[in-house]
Order: sequence, then structure tokens, then C-alpha cells
Amino acid sequence: MAKRSVIPYGPQHPVLPEPIHLDLVIEDEKVIEAIPSIGFVHRGLEGLVDKRDYNEYLYVVERTCGICSFGHGLGYVEAIEHIMNVEVPDRAKFLRTIWLELSRMHSHMLWMGLMADAFGFESLFYQCWRIREKVLDMLEMTTGGRLIFSVNRVGGVLRDINPEQERIILDTLSGIEKDVRDIYNTFMTDYSVESRMKGCGHLSKVQAMELGCAGPFGRASGIRTDMRKRGYEAYGQLDFEPITSVFGDCYARCDVRIREVFQSIDLIRQAFAKIPGGDLAVPVKGNPNGEYFCRIEQPRGEAIYYVHGSGKKYIDRFRMRTPTFANLPGLCETLKGASLADVGLLIVTIDPCISCTER
Amino acid sequence: MGKVKKSPWLLHYDASSCNGCDIEVLACLTPVYDVERFGVVSTDDPMQADILLITGGVNSQSEAVVRQLYEQMPRPKVVVAVGVCACTGGVFKDCYNIKGGVDTVIPVDVYVPGCAARPQSIIDGVIKAVEIFQKRSDEHDAYEREHRHDGQVPAETSGKGNQ
Repeated sequence: MAKRSVIPYGPQHPVLPEPIHLDLVIEDEKVIEAIPSIGFVHRGLEGLVDKRDYNEYLYVVERTCGICSFGHGLGYVEAIEHIMNVEVPDRAKFLRTIWLELSRMHSHMLWMGLMADAFGFESLFYQCWRIREKVLDMLEMTTGGRLIFSVNRVGGVLRDINPEQERIILDTLSGIEKDVRDIYNTFMTDYSVESRMKGCGHLSKVQAMELGCAGPFGRASGIRTDMRKRGYEAYGQLDFEPITSVFGDCYARCDVRIREVFQSIDLIRQAFAKIPGGDLAVPVKGNPNGEYFCRIEQPRGEAIYYVHGSGKKYIDRFRMRTPTFANLPGLCETLKGASLADVGLLIVTIDPCISCTER
Repeated sequence: MGKVKKSPWLLHYDASSCNGCDIEVLACLTPVYDVERFGVVSTDDPMQADILLITGGVNSQSEAVVRQLYEQMPRPKVVVAVGVCACTGGVFKDCYNIKGGVDTVIPVDVYVPGCAARPQSIIDGVIKAVEIFQKRSDEHDAYEREHRHDGQVPAETSGKGNQ
């Protein structure tokens, strides 16, 4: 029998932009078991609820993660609005949808770049990030921030998108669509990419269901789950179907995520076609009293926000469950039986966001 | 014994950042901002790094890692704190698990503010770090030249940081 050994992986590691530590139990070159240990980016921001009032706390929630910051803010705001029975104006709902989809685009393009970097395709990595900058420019033009926007507030949004900006966004989206189409072709038809990813890290639909995988990771294994179908904000008025794949390997995850970029472009176009005029926000009085669970589709999957307030300026409890946390068991399962050289690729394949997970 | 000048290697570590500054650091290395035109190359090995970029405030678990990375780097070395969290603790300053800025653990030479720090200001910070690195490198060389010929073992030059 081959000798077993344990290799510590991380927290500071070339392939990882964020610190996560894995103890890999290795037999020859094969991984037998992967034991994750987290806590390197734990800040304890859920504990800040008793130091910031419910309006100020929004800015803390947005800083849970720099990539999906808009979605985090949205989940928190929506929970508070439900507790306080605030009806948000339609225009604000559409604007939130547009910004959420733009965030999803920049997150997926970031992941595509990191993925290309993980299998050593440097020029593809640079191309993905070059296109991503165009999305960031649109976000900066409309919100004022590149990554953390702070345009949400309880009761609506703070900024509007004017017709001139709308025209620029729609023009830029056409350009981006063409560029992403080229990248999609490279990912899907390039011989070296295909041989590296096809069959790598396979997770069946049953396994994915049992382990509770969320988002594109679950959809690539065939689970038809997409919280946007819940119809929050303006999604109820837009026409789309969750994108799934049946193969469940790294290749399928790439396919699903890149097709979701096209879906986001389509959703933004639909939203601009249907966006009504009107106010951006309604005035809000009083303090939240009650509790609410809110489920949002983040770029990485389903995120859950729980808010409990008891009529005071400071809410009692805030809790979130992030998609990466749901996907970690799935990651450990795909790592079993993988070769050591594939570990970096497989970690990137779930699109890990450690700072969301540890908060 | 000439040294390759103005081409320091850069190491990035996320102490407890929200990802925002990390992504912007990464964006600096990509074609749009391209920090490599200043001769800076990103490395993954602390043993070969000259400039340490740290994002995020330090918590009890990442403290040891930050200290270890700093000690593993060869002298002379420069530390850049990227983002307001790395400078002071930022929005998370009151969190129970945050000790404060990076300078509570290791000496910091350049502070880059912003939440998230913009690529332009990160590049500005890196250029400042390159200047400091150049200065320290010259001092280091001079010290070695002075002490090598009379048989002394070259000791550590500049002590802690820029103080």
C-alpha cells in the first residue's frame, strides 16, 4: 500500500487570491481526503449590528465582499424593507436589477480570467480582465464606485441612470457581447483547454443535490436552481430560464458561467426596454420590528440573509449564509480522487469567495 | 557586485480584506493598468519578494501569517498597506476579531487609502515603495561594502521599517 502523507495547502498560495487552508491527505499523487480550515479573513462583521444602526449597517454589509457587494447590500435592504412594509418604486427595482446583473457580469469575467490563469493560459486571463474593465467603467459611470457602490438605501436607490448613460451602456454591451463570444469560442473549442478541463472534477447531479451545491456549481451538475426565478426586484417581469448543464465537470462549469454572461446582457437589455419612470426612493420612517429571511441569487449562487429587529434603531441579529459556504462540501467531494496537480484548478472551479464565507 | 536596479518583486497577501482591494491589486497587473511597465513583477514566493502588499486589517489568525511572510522576505524589504482597512482597520475597526491596521504587527512604509483603493492609487503607492526600496537597497550595498573587507559578517542593515 502506498504511504499516506498530509500536505498543507495555503493560506498563501500562488493559485489562491484569497487565503484558505486545506490539509490534503495524499496517497502517491492522488488526494484521498481534503480537510478545509477557514478563519483567516474572519472579521466578525455580524457582531457589528449593536454598534451601527440599521441604516449605517448597510455599508458594513456591502463590505462583506468586494465582488458581490451590491448583492449583499440588496439582500439586507430587501429584508429590512419586508419587515417595515416599504413598497419600493418600480424604477428603483429595475435599476437594482440592472446593477445586480452588471455585478454578475464582472464577477463571472473575473472568474473566467482566474480560471484561465489556473490552467496557465495567461493571454486568455488578460483578455478576460481587459473586457471586465469595460463593465467596471459602466458601473463607475452610473454609481460612482468601481467595486463598492453604496447606491442602495432602505426604500430605494440613491442614483439614477439617465438616457445618455443608458445609450452608452447598451452600446458597450454590444461590444462586450462580441468579445465574450470570442472568449467563449476559445474556452469551448481550444484543444488544450478542453483536454485540461473535460472530465476533471466530476460531480453528479445526485451528489450535488445531497451536498447542497448552489449557483453555477450546482447548475453545471444539472440542478435547476436559480433564486432569480423567485421574482424579487424586477426579475418577475423579465423573461429568462436558468442555465444548466448535465456534465458536471470543470468544462461544464465554464460553459454555464460564460452563458450566464450572455444571459445577463440579455436581462439588462430587457430591463432597459421595460424600465418605467418615477421616483427613485420612498421616505422611510420608524425602525424595523420583526424578522425576515431573504434569498438572493448572487453571482456564486443562492445567498440567504436573516434580519431580526425589535423596534429599535439597532437590529438584534443579522445572519447570512453565502454560496461558497454551501459549495465547500461539494469542493471536498470533487477533490477526492483528484491528482495533486488538479487541486488548484478545482478550488478555482467553484469560484470561491472566502471573505463572504468567513465574514 | 551590481544589482538589478528598479525591478523589485511584489508579493500580495490578503490579511482579512473584503476582496475589493485584492481584486484591484490584481487589476493593476492586467493590461489596462499594467504595473509591470515599472519593472515590478508579481511573485508568489516570499523568499524572492522585495515589496509586500497587504490588504485588509489583521485578525488573530492572519497575524502569524503576516509576521511569517515578513520575516521570510530577504532584506531590504518594503511593506505597502493597501486600502483603508490595512491602514487603520477601516469599517471593520470595531469588529471583535480585528486587531487594527497592518502596522500593529509589522512596520509599514507606504499607506494607500481608499475603500476599495483605486488601481491608480495602488500604482502610486507601489512607485513610492520602489523608491524606498531603491534607497534601502543602496544603503544595504554601502553597508556591505564597508563591512565585508575587514572580515565582519554582514549584519542586518536597516532595522524596522522606515522609522
